[in-house]
Amino acid sequence: MKLLRMTLFASLRALRRNKLRSALTILGMVIGVAAVITTVGIGQGATRAIESQIASMGNDLLVVMPGTHRRGGANSGWGGASSLTLDDARAIEREASFVDQVSYMRSGAVQVVYGHSNWATTVMGTTPSFQQVGNSDVVEGEYFSERDLRSAARVAVVGQTIVDQLFESGEDPIGAVVRIRDTAFRVIGVLESKGGTSFTGDRDDYVIMPFTTAIRRVLGNRSPGMVQQIMVSAIPGVGSHTAADEIEEIMRDRHQLKPSEDSDFTIRTQEEVADMMGNVMGILSSALMGIASISLLVGGIGIMNILLVSVTERTREIGVRMAVGAKSRHILIQFLAESIILSTVGGLIGTLLGLAGIRIIARAADLPFVFSLAAVVGAVVFSGTVGIFFGFYPARQASRLDPIVSLRYE
Amino acid sequence: MSEPIIATRDLHKSFELGDVVVHALKGVSVDVPEGQFVAIVGKSGSGKSTFMNILGCLDRPSAGMYRLDGRDVSDQSADERAELRGEQIGFVFQAFNLIPRTSALENVELPLVYRGVTRAEQRRRGLEALERVGLGGRANHHPSQLSGGEQQRVAIARALVNRPRLLLADEPTGNLDTNTSVEIMRIISELNHEQGITVVLVTHEPEIAAYADRVLTFRDGEIVADASQEQYLPSSGGRPVAGESGVGRA
Repeated sequence: MKLLRMTLFASLRALRRNKLRSALTILGMVIGVAAVITTVGIGQGATRAIESQIASMGNDLLVVMPGTHRRGGANSGWGGASSLTLDDARAIEREASFVDQVSYMRSGAVQVVYGHSNWATTVMGTTPSFQQVGNSDVVEGEYFSERDLRSAARVAVVGQTIVDQLFESGEDPIGAVVRIRDTAFRVIGVLESKGGTSFTGDRDDYVIMPFTTAIRRVLGNRSPGMVQQIMVSAIPGVGSHTAADEIEEIMRDRHQLKPSEDSDFTIRTQEEVADMMGNVMGILSSALMGIASISLLVGGIGIMNILLVSVTERTREIGVRMAVGAKSRHILIQFLAESIILSTVGGLIGTLLGLAGIRIIARAADLPFVFSLAAVVGAVVFSGTVGIFFGFYPARQASRLDPIVSLRYE
Repeated sequence: MSEPIIATRDLHKSFELGDVVVHALKGVSVDVPEGQFVAIVGKSGSGKSTFMNILGCLDRPSAGMYRLDGRDVSDQSADERAELRGEQIGFVFQAFNLIPRTSALENVELPLVYRGVTRAEQRRRGLEALERVGLGGRANHHPSQLSGGEQQRVAIARALVNRPRLLLADEPTGNLDTNTSVEIMRIISELNHEQGITVVLVTHEPEIAAYADRVLTFRDGEIVADASQEQYLPSSGGRPVAGESGVGRA
């Protein structure tokens, strides 16, 4: 303990003697740690943002999508051929016991015109049940009804982005008449804002209308009876996997698939979506972490380099210290301590910079600020370890010097 | 008669320089009683520096025996020798060897750092040693702010701070002008006379050797002359005797 204290003093003095060099030496460490901390923080913030967005998509939501099909080796990708029908949706509603509500939709890109303004957006034709299934409430006005669906009423519920783009501020969109593909629609409701990030896209940029209206007036009906997606909400507490299994059974039966055949549809549960996004984020974070770790390595090598120079430069000092009673281990510990102090101080400064970086980026990208104590402690401990690892070789070089030679070193 | 502080018997030291073996010391036997002031003279390559390194426990003899204060230290480990240096020996070098950009006081405290003395005690003894060499007012100056003579006085204070029995000075005035040399030699002589510290000093200047009680002359790794001051001076060819010139004993 005493040994540690006295060599620590010597280390601190030596570092103080060369302030500029010490500062430059730790710069690599500072940048490396800041990069790691920022990467981890932003990764966690993005993950959290995506999780909350997915949760806002609806409770126990399952989405049935048309499967892929191959023709001559070319894979069509998701939704390449619509294999889902209105009757499939009705059958699920009728037969599945774990299903609460069923909705379905078709969508397409359109231009919405209001007065002199217009805006490119997506029209989604769906059912009133989408309000519950899709966790999509109105903040103003109302949703369209079953009657609107039956009568193909020319009504529309618009997202917040549409309101922002087409209407003057303070203007009431409810009751306004907008034109889509030369048809006039009355705006009857405004959707609750779901926000959006650069990761998930703007989720308020939609116009929702009755399925029948969309087919007849906007999207056309080139494939009658087909739907793009069937959205299902499971009965609370059942769990989306149980509901998914049941739906799969019903659908395979309806599509007359043999047990050996792959399904021509895909059921995606919210959990799966979350997992998938999680995986993507994980891979992204790991890649960034990898790059950031390389900068830590470079920082460590920087410290070793400077220490080796320092050992050569201070050969006489080492000789004097040995002459006046320093043992090899005193010299070893002194140089090791210098390395550890440099790297740990660098790590601490880097951590602070990294946290500031997270704050700035999180604000700019509209992500939640996630403070991870584990990442901070990890960064400081790791930088200390880097100090030990890269400081050991120069320190041992110093401790093995011959005092006689060192005292005469020019 | 009490035990001599330094006793060597048939000391040998050889080095391998490539394929050649150099015999730096070829059987040196000498006793130095405590409190003596010994000067070692000889040409470069005569083995005097090698001998000093062994006396200072910086090096080990290849053969022979060295007793420091009655203890055989010929075969001690590096750590044991480091401890001996810290406790018994003070070093003064030709090149001062102060740590740059470090205050005089901190330089002086250096030997105490490795003896586990408290900070307050380090400070107290460091200042005391600096005052002893007349530099109490320069404690916070860095070596670059001190003259050569002042730097060497700081180095002497550093050698004194752990109260050594033996002071080894290797050409302490080699880098200094005459007046400053006198000043440094006065301090070393005083330490020898007033505190009874045994001094072994290497020099090639007869004026400096004149301060010693005894002069050992090295040639080719052997002591070729061992003379008390009275014997040494007349044989040195009418050089100024202590007290006659400006290089006298203070």
